[in-house]
Amino acid sequence: MQKFITLNGLVAPLDRNNVDTDAIIPKQFLKSIKRSGFGPNAFDEWRYMDRGEPGMDNSQRPLNPNFVLNQPRYQGASVLLTRANFGCGSSREHAPWALLDYGFRALIAESFADIFFNNCFKNGVVPIVLPKAEVDALFGLVEHSPGYTIEIDLPTQLVKRPDGHAVHFDIDPFRKECLINGWDDIGLTLRHADKIKAFEERRRAEHPYYFA
Amino acid sequence: MEAQTLYEKLWSSHVVHQEADGTALIYIDRHLVHEVTSPQAFEGLKLAGRKPWRVSSIVATADHNTPTDHWEQGIQDPVSRQQVETLDNNIREVGALAYFPFKNERQGIVHVIGPENGATLPGMTVVCGDSHTSTHGAFACLAHGIGTSEVEHVMATQCLIQKRSKTMLVRVDGKLGKGVTAKDVALAIIGRIGTAGGTGYAIEFGGEVMRSLSMEGRMTVCNMAIEAGARMGFVAVDQVTIDYLKGRPFSPRGDDWERAVAYWRTLHSDEGARFDQVVVLRGEDIQPQVTWGTSPEMVVPVGATVPDPAKESDPVRREGMERALHYMGLTPNLPVTSIKIDKVFIGSCTNSRIEDLRQAAVIARGRRKADNVRQVLVVPGSGLVKRQAEQEGLDKIFVAAGFEWREPGCSMCLAMNADRLEPGERCASTSNRNFEGRQGAGGRTHLVSPAMAAAAAIAGHFADVRDIL
Repeated sequence: MQKFITLNGLVAPLDRNNVDTDAIIPKQFLKSIKRSGFGPNAFDEWRYMDRGEPGMDNSQRPLNPNFVLNQPRYQGASVLLTRANFGCGSSREHAPWALLDYGFRALIAESFADIFFNNCFKNGVVPIVLPKAEVDALFGLVEHSPGYTIEIDLPTQLVKRPDGHAVHFDIDPFRKECLINGWDDIGLTLRHADKIKAFEERRRAEHPYYFA
Repeated sequence: MEAQTLYEKLWSSHVVHQEADGTALIYIDRHLVHEVTSPQAFEGLKLAGRKPWRVSSIVATADHNTPTDHWEQGIQDPVSRQQVETLDNNIREVGALAYFPFKNERQGIVHVIGPENGATLPGMTVVCGDSHTSTHGAFACLAHGIGTSEVEHVMATQCLIQKRSKTMLVRVDGKLGKGVTAKDVALAIIGRIGTAGGTGYAIEFGGEVMRSLSMEGRMTVCNMAIEAGARMGFVAVDQVTIDYLKGRPFSPRGDDWERAVAYWRTLHSDEGARFDQVVVLRGEDIQPQVTWGTSPEMVVPVGATVPDPAKESDPVRREGMERALHYMGLTPNLPVTSIKIDKVFIGSCTNSRIEDLRQAAVIARGRRKADNVRQVLVVPGSGLVKRQAEQEGLDKIFVAAGFEWREPGCSMCLAMNADRLEPGERCASTSNRNFEGRQGAGGRTHLVSPAMAAAAAIAGHFADVRDIL
């Protein structure tokens, strides 16, 4: 996993509640057996005027001029600012894969759906929950200041605005450590292999019918 | 000992290791696998040179990409076919307790085949790279969806890294009226607490109404816990649970059965157990439900009208309602029963079990679909459900009504195969998500119960099933 320590990035706004993972990456692209290459199809139905299918040359497709991420001022954004319950619906990890491949390393929202939130951490994408008032303020600043960037400092858990205002965010200490070090969960878990084996043997003795 | 909730019992019986900050390793008993969310996990395992920890925990099937007609022609879409064949190859290489591949007589939707084969048992932890894994909570399992990285993690370690959830009791008291089903209960709960109401919680569904539901009905309610934001929802074990499981292929037998049942009977919240939140609904208040928007929380009783955004004070919510109405091609204050439909879908891991098909067949019997309804798809949840329905003659009732009787699979719930809505088409669907484009780009989905879907097919527009029964 890619490490995440600090990021100073352009912010793109997506001013909606309940953005679901079907919207982030539509189902037809889930037929891929790879982990990469989903970026050009992130938000496909909102982003393009035609109907997207796997294998198309996305650079030739007509863009929807009304979709906010298509505006020239948001090209190259690495921070996505959005509203409540972002990433609801399907558990598809293709959603964080698509956002990462698009270029987003951090997401700021009022709240995230559980499974999506969890999937982000496995891919070096940082989902940051801020209070509604802070999110409201950021939407206003982004709209009125083209090229608006923000700094995210993971070790100190601060989102720093260019005007000097900084806001603290919560993050699970274990997940923070994994992000800062780029650690692979599986390797960490396998350090407890003996404990897992012992647990399994006890469970098998007590409840053999779960091991048929 | 302090009174425990069912969640606390299930959680504590699976903790392998716990850090001081509460981060725990949780042991996984059952790993359900399908073709869409597993290829990258198998590949990751292989690239790292790791072996699966316990292949006998794996039950696999192909369901999302498989066609629901012309099985003799195989899978026409080459990209879908490659994904299904990749699963075939991976299981051949790695192994599994059971694999129900495309065309197998017990193939079907992963959340239908687990329980019907007795591969989902009370007290288990059950995971799958699929958000509707909450379905298995109907059997008092700790069951939830995971991403592909976690699929790989479970394969490699038989564990997940987790923290305890908060607990919520959703109690549905009283009795349901005639024509009101488990699906209406699920939608009414989501209408009450919202699609983020359960975020961070494990929901226990209880009360007289839940006790009165069959296992099929309980699965429908637990299935949609995720639509209320909760990764998992579950119901305590009772005689209904035990009767359902007896004699299933992977259910325990003989002495093991007696031993298992004795343990399973402890799987309920203790008297006086405390929940972080309690929500109470009355069964008598629940009407047949119809969603009008692009989120499952945008739901009203069938006798109501489409809500008016002008009455919403929160600007972000108001804009969301306006966007949903625009997408759905609806205007505020329209009676729901005046909304005409183009297609009907009866199926999905929410509503494709035998009881769901029976409920739809009661309405379809001796009637015919309206002329303006272009297509009514009936897609059984599994090969076993299909065979059972055919033994009961349900297929003939559907065909006589002008409905199409299909092969099992996920089908038009998410439209990864050829079953889909065209832009602008409006569908009465027994599935679980009415998101934009879910059933096909530009398609308009209204979530309803199987009986309400059949009633809409007959009337050509939404109709109150209680007027027909």
